[in-house]
Amino acid sequence: MIQARGLVQTFHTGRGKTAKEVRAVDGVDLDVHEGEVVGFLGPNGAGKTTTLRMLTTLLRPTAGSATVAGYDVVTESVQVRRSIGYVSQVGSTFSGAFAGDEVVDHGMLYGMSRADAVRRGQELFARLQLDGLWRRMPKNMSGGQKRRLDVAMGLIHDPRLVFLDEPTTGLDPQARANLWEHIRGLRTRLGATVFLTTHYLDEADALADRIVIIDQGRIVASDTADNLKAQVAGDLVDLEVADPGQVAVAAARLGALAHGAGGVETDHRHVRARVQRAGRVVPALLRDLDGAGVALDSIEVLRPTLDDVFLSLTGRSLRDADATDPGAVPTQPEEVLA
Amino acid sequence: MTFLRESSIVFRRQIRMNLRNPAWVLIGIMQPVLYLLLFGPLLKPLVGSFDTGTANAYTFLVPGLLVQLGMFGAFFAGFALIGEWREGVIEAERVTPANRSALLVGRLMRDVLQLLVQALILVGLGLAMGLRGSAVGIGLGILITLLIGGACAAASNALALTTKSEDVMAPVINIVMMPVLLLSGILLPMTLGPAWLERASDLMPFRYVVDAVRDGFAGDVASSAVLWGLVWSVALAALGGWWGTATFRRENS
Repeated sequence: MIQARGLVQTFHTGRGKTAKEVRAVDGVDLDVHEGEVVGFLGPNGAGKTTTLRMLTTLLRPTAGSATVAGYDVVTESVQVRRSIGYVSQVGSTFSGAFAGDEVVDHGMLYGMSRADAVRRGQELFARLQLDGLWRRMPKNMSGGQKRRLDVAMGLIHDPRLVFLDEPTTGLDPQARANLWEHIRGLRTRLGATVFLTTHYLDEADALADRIVIIDQGRIVASDTADNLKAQVAGDLVDLEVADPGQVAVAAARLGALAHGAGGVETDHRHVRARVQRAGRVVPALLRDLDGAGVALDSIEVLRPTLDDVFLSLTGRSLRDADATDPGAVPTQPEEVLA
Repeated sequence: MTFLRESSIVFRRQIRMNLRNPAWVLIGIMQPVLYLLLFGPLLKPLVGSFDTGTANAYTFLVPGLLVQLGMFGAFFAGFALIGEWREGVIEAERVTPANRSALLVGRLMRDVLQLLVQALILVGLGLAMGLRGSAVGIGLGILITLLIGGACAAASNALALTTKSEDVMAPVINIVMMPVLLLSGILLPMTLGPAWLERASDLMPFRYVVDAVRDGFAGDVASSAVLWGLVWSVALAALGGWWGTATFRRENS
């Protein structure tokens, strides 16, 4: 559905001696298959939106090529635009116009008849819980309603591929959860392929089949959330040893399973290490410890978060890299009892 | 065909929003109306000495005010565009398969229609106050006004989409408009001034436009001034249209 090779976008900043070429997107390769939901994750300024603007024909690539829905983004941009829906992060409707009018006009710009656009628009309003808001102005809508109206604008012409740029930025948790349901529905109910950018880890985790991580204009990883976590970080096993005298024994046993350079970390009676696929090794570890006479007060296995993945890929925490955005919601590690 | 359809979709959308807020049409025409009411009477005793083909103060003043309306009114069209751009409307339209020039043309159609309404109000008010002129000439004058208005609206939209900031637009428009206003003979004929000032005004295209509309109102529709004014307004409309279309078609804006 999307195939990009070596996409580059450079911007020029400053003048004269301070002139500088900024490579906002620096050689991006992407493959998205029909029916996939792909999360495009990265801190602010990583090049997410710039990549998206190139794929949606709003920005001509400085170098490289891309086909979207089977059409070249440069030479067949009109066919690309016909095939895709785009929900931008800044919105799409005028605050002082009636919501229904905006949706109908938008559909007509796609070549739909007025009657078709009205019918389709009203269907979308019903499905997106916008009933009764047809003659409401966006300025009198809540943040969540406005975002759903933007989604309706993007879906008016039944696109096979939908691009969502930071769809839930600035929404309260309830509105976010609600919008997530609708985004899931894009595939399950409409069969659309979805490509969404986000800098929220939990959002990518919750919605996407596959996550593509971009940092400083380059793709640094692309896989399912589970694989990314398994490959890069492993699960964190945290043992609380009952007798402080046995900490060294526990550390040795756990250390034998640990992978990566992190090794074993001890902290009072706690012994921690990252291990691959904890569910497979922990039962044996427990038998081992039991056999060695080590008693535990507690054991905890923490699945890695995408933040751990980002940290190990780039050496920076996504939240640090993203310090400019105070609205970022930190993710909770998933806890699995073993 | 598609182009016309797309332009008219954009046009209807714009008109719908304008009708919802008709105050702006009236605010736009306040300035020329005030000139007509408060400045016109001052011209009455003077206009006979102007050597402009009419002794009627309003037949002299209204053509200048029409051109001023065409220029000033249209130059502010771009401000609405910045508002739309900020709310993502322009980008949403640019991601549809619609022709990008149609997005501009639909908006220009709104600006020209709005200008026509304002011009008719102004001429009607002028007639009520004593303006006398040839019907053909007045029609021709309004046509020239619409051409100039279209040119300025296109330029204003192009400037808006280039700067994307009201804070930049407002001073630019002021810097451009003051010399245009003073050197076009809108309020007083340039022939009154010293030779150097008249030479300076020769370099101002809008001066010929004002002269043409004035000749037309005075009934002299076949004069060379009318011809030159038409040539200039068509040329300016073409230039404005080219700039506007180029800006709307550009990939990154």
